[in-house]
Amino acid sequence: MNFDKELDARGLNCPLPILRTKKALAEMTSAQVLKVVATDPGSVKDMQAFAKQTGNELVSSAETGGEYTFFMKKK
Amino acid sequence: METKKLAIIATKGTLDWAYPPFILASTGAALGYEVEVFFTFYGLQLLRKGDLSALKVSPLGNPGMPMKMPFGPKWFKGINWNIPNAVQSLVPFYENVATSLMKMTIKNNGVASIPELRTLCLEADCKFIACQMTVELFGFDHSNFIDGIEYGGAATFFEFAGESDICLFI
Repeated sequence: MNFDKELDARGLNCPLPILRTKKALAEMTSAQVLKVVATDPGSVKDMQAFAKQTGNELVSSAETGGEYTFFMKKK
Repeated sequence: METKKLAIIATKGTLDWAYPPFILASTGAALGYEVEVFFTFYGLQLLRKGDLSALKVSPLGNPGMPMKMPFGPKWFKGINWNIPNAVQSLVPFYENVATSLMKMTIKNNGVASIPELRTLCLEADCKFIACQMTVELFGFDHSNFIDGIEYGGAATFFEFAGESDICLFI
């Protein structure tokens, strides 16, 4: 999937992946896509909750070998 | 849509209990909440200037706290050191040792430090209010606390909390 910006949140724990995601999105423009890679298993549910509450779209969420990759489209 | 509001009262002054108010405040701000935290009694320690090294954990009288080592091989890390209260209380600087180990565990787990979380809260415009009554009660001075905070009393808290969507006492 194409993305405009990438955020490496590996090794970070709650609530840092969400806070960094928020910060990264703030520096982007509407409809741009942010890729986030995290290792915190809790981030799966948190990213969904973040998207639902902020109106940004969680385009996809996948796990491979303990790493979680998210694509978030800015509102 | 009207902005949601989160009001928190932070009353604890230990390293472990410093986490809930700062985690919830910073996350609330990231989710678009307007956040206000009222720091009272021991919670005032969380607003002290500097690196917050006065915040410690005490395993004494805290049976819920796992006592595990943050270093060494896996089997060693897995041991829960069940040290009786009577022994803990006799060892000098026990809290300092426990706090150092806790900080190592925090770092190993990629959990943010308290000064880091506090900075993130302030950057996200969380409003911090120190309880003026307890500032005086404990013999503190405004110069003991970080800049950019306000001082007020119970009525100040109610003004914001009365219109909040979430209100927590921690």
